[in-house]
Amino acid sequence: MNGAQDLGGAHGFGTVMPEANEPVFHAEWERRVFALALAVGYTGTWTLDGSRAARESLPPAEYLSSSYYEIWLAALEAQVVAHGLATQEEIAAGASAGPASPVKRVLRAEEIPPRFSAGFPSDRPPDAPALYAVRDPVLTRNDHPIGHTRLPRYVRGRRGVIERVHGAFVLPDASAQGREAPPQWLYTVGFEATELWGASADPGGRVTVAAFEGYLLPGAAS
Amino acid sequence: MAHDHDHHHDHPDHADGSSLTPIEARVRALESLLLEKGYVQADALDALVEMYETRIGPHNGARVVARAWTDPAYRDRLLADGTPAIAELGIGGRGGEHMVVVENTADSHNLVVCTLCSCYPWPVLGLPPVWYKAPPYRARAVLDPRGVLAEFGLTLPEATRITVWDSTAETRFMVLPLRPAGTESLTEAELAALVTRDCMIGTGLPLAPETAQ
Repeated sequence: MNGAQDLGGAHGFGTVMPEANEPVFHAEWERRVFALALAVGYTGTWTLDGSRAARESLPPAEYLSSSYYEIWLAALEAQVVAHGLATQEEIAAGASAGPASPVKRVLRAEEIPPRFSAGFPSDRPPDAPALYAVRDPVLTRNDHPIGHTRLPRYVRGRRGVIERVHGAFVLPDASAQGREAPPQWLYTVGFEATELWGASADPGGRVTVAAFEGYLLPGAAS
Repeated sequence: MAHDHDHHHDHPDHADGSSLTPIEARVRALESLLLEKGYVQADALDALVEMYETRIGPHNGARVVARAWTDPAYRDRLLADGTPAIAELGIGGRGGEHMVVVENTADSHNLVVCTLCSCYPWPVLGLPPVWYKAPPYRARAVLDPRGVLAEFGLTLPEATRITVWDSTAETRFMVLPLRPAGTESLTEAELAALVTRDCMIGTGLPLAPETAQ
């Protein structure tokens, strides 16, 4: 979706402000939000793509005026309600007013080291051969889906080149909606900075994105 | 299930819970509810925080870089397929299932960003700093990488080609920086001490050996 999260190329946000000796968390409530988001995510009620979709669905003014963990909190509350884990009234009260909904699993402390160090891979066996190979020219689609997608606006309708073929992966556009879809081939696509930003771009500069096959069209060799 | 941990280390005067800020109260309410419903367990929440606050961080990535600087065959494996090479050092997991390591050279530099959210290679770098997740960096890293690097105090020669890696899928990027000059006699552990978080994102360079001593 063309939400406030799609920031690449935007002006007006000011300079980057690195913080010396920055702590991992800046307040206790940030620790709790972080852990809650991961632990509730582990129940399998929604996907990581679903969480990203919930965060970027915040109204743009709210998204841009919220801190990172404020965004996580608002999205988590919204997901809890949308997926029927609790009601808005229960969240407001901080207490349960009815039975819990069944969930696929509940994260136990002793499962964390093995499960989190193994990770949760997103690659899947392909069900079709890759359409593109390294060095193939491609044109990114100029689509503006209302739902979650992972092709930023600044690389839509642009000419690039396949640089790497990563294998077939879960498609975020479908996964965000909890929808089954065939895995799609994922590529690193490289763009000349001038193709994205025009003649004033950094000479010799390049930008790459990881793009799913469905985001791409065959491009004419330049 | 009652949740009786004292989670107010930042406000010890408010241990009775009566003077929580609005966001503290909101988070406490949500946590209490989710615990009561049984969707989360208190000791698992604490273990997640402990793991990402104290055990997973850029010291992991520094070990990978130092190994690559001292072992050419390892470097080749790392650049060819990052995930298994990093796993050789016992490092990997959530947020780093599909690692891509990109190497700086004498005339090329790499910079990592996630313009759409905050994708970052957790197993090697830990959780991302605030600036990495905030709009100024996400907006400008792809548009004006030299200007962004200057804000980190890093000015590259004009002839250095910059490639920006936008982390738009589950592939996660780590920069393998150039080994600093004058480090020929250092051990792998001494080299790892020169490797900063920022040099593995591309917003910095490794420390010079005299700086680290």
